[in-house]
Amino acid sequence: MKNSFLNTFHNTKQRLFRLHFSANAGHVGGNLSCFDALMVLFHFIIFENDRFILSKGHSAGALYAALWSIGKLSDEELSTFCKDDSLLPAHPSGTGIPGLMFPTGSLGHGPSLSAGLALAAKKQKTGRKVYCLCSDGEWQEGSCWEALIFSVHHKLDNLTILIDQNRLQGFGTTEQVSSCGDLQPRLSSFGANVLSCDGHNHTQILDALKSPTEQPKIILLATVKGKSSLYENKMESHYLPLTQENFEFCMAQIQKEESP
Amino acid sequence: MRKAFAKAMVKVASDPSLFFFTVDVGFMALEEVRDAFGDRFVNAGVAEQNLIGVSAGMAKEGYKVFSYSIAPFLYARPFEQIRNDICFSKLPVCLVGNGGGYAYGHMGPTHHALEDCAAMLALGVRVLVPAFDEDLAEIINDVTGPTYLRLGYDARPAGSLIPQYAPWRQVLDGQNGILVALGPLAGVAIAALSDCELEKRPAVWAVCELGEGAVPSEFWEKVSDVNLYLFEEHVAEGGLGMQLAYSFMKKGIQPARFHHRYALGYPSGTYGSQEFHRKQCGLDRESIKNLFLNKL
Repeated sequence: MKNSFLNTFHNTKQRLFRLHFSANAGHVGGNLSCFDALMVLFHFIIFENDRFILSKGHSAGALYAALWSIGKLSDEELSTFCKDDSLLPAHPSGTGIPGLMFPTGSLGHGPSLSAGLALAAKKQKTGRKVYCLCSDGEWQEGSCWEALIFSVHHKLDNLTILIDQNRLQGFGTTEQVSSCGDLQPRLSSFGANVLSCDGHNHTQILDALKSPTEQPKIILLATVKGKSSLYENKMESHYLPLTQENFEFCMAQIQKEESP
Repeated sequence: MRKAFAKAMVKVASDPSLFFFTVDVGFMALEEVRDAFGDRFVNAGVAEQNLIGVSAGMAKEGYKVFSYSIAPFLYARPFEQIRNDICFSKLPVCLVGNGGGYAYGHMGPTHHALEDCAAMLALGVRVLVPAFDEDLAEIINDVTGPTYLRLGYDARPAGSLIPQYAPWRQVLDGQNGILVALGPLAGVAIAALSDCELEKRPAVWAVCELGEGAVPSEFWEKVSDVNLYLFEEHVAEGGLGMQLAYSFMKKGIQPARFHHRYALGYPSGTYGSQEFHRKQCGLDRESIKNLFLNKL
């Protein structure tokens, strides 16, 4: 990865911390687990013509920060996050911001919406690609599997679904709550092209995104919920906002990560 | 009515902006639609939640989408998808629900659609309930946003002439008040009353679109101080009767009488044909006729 991207990455991550801290917004953990993938997507993969759906809508802060980093949102707009009269609520509203196509926040909607976009791209021969980011707990929703069956049946090779596998959900670990076991063989058995990578390793994420496919592609991102915060792998990271102590810790962590 | 719907769809199939989905229903009804639409017809399998999400995605990319199923499978199971994926973005998706009211009769209560109009109206979906087969050709050309199209059976007597489509229209003249019937019940009312003397029968209005905006000013003018009879194969809650009563209150209009018949669910705890259920609710031909011949 080029140094210029790493600088942007670290600046944006700091912005994300400030964003959540100033808004006193929760869902910090899920934002931090998928932030690396979002940055790689928007800086190296998604072009003007392509589509992105944030199915795990509770990670809107990370998405807004990523869009800010590529100039799609101004700092002024970003500062309205979770404030009154804002286009940037804690889950995307799907209106008013270019590139945010649908309201998401209830889990299990993104894969079908993305399949529809991907099928339209095939029918209209636009050549556009569709990317969808899900959480791992989200795959307890039956609608995800409906969408997967449909996508494989229609050979939507222009569709890539990323699953942020941080293994923690709202009220327990995915193993404790309703285990999906090993997602890889389950997803593969439906006919998808399933890849796995370290969800915090930018090179691995990029390689997985770029690898060719003849079927819908699913990338399992092994991630840490609350990455770089005091909430790492803790249940608190799902709902609680950043405390002053945690915010200061996060900002210090970024500086450490920036150092060679 | 589904065959009339299919015919109407075939007529517009050459429009490349139209896309048609079914969720594995339509045997002996949609074959011609499938053939006419070609690769713009997709059987999406038995997966209604996915159907709505995919339809929304297609609509977002410029298609006008018709998504077809048995009515309750279409509006009730994927309710949240309709709300979040279609309605919040005001997308041009027409949900075509076959079997409005008790139309699926012996198939049992899982296949009946008794609260569909209220549910869809609450989401801001435009609700269309054609009364006669000919209405379909007009209706399918008028889909610009989230739409619910409730199909039933055209019940009018063979050979009866119907005025050109309008969301609300008088379809039988009469001098004994006004009878307002939702969708196909207008045909039942015509069958019940067309032989009655003019002074004994009410004027029959067919309502094919819900929502106050669809009501013509002519109706408001005529209904004041007149006996009003409302018939709908839909529960009272959120249906045509409650909507009209609310409009009357707002407008200060007072009919002389407000007689409302509606779907009562399953009062006997038993199940049967559409006719059986209509009879239990006083919505069948004989009950309508008796209301005017015997009791008035």
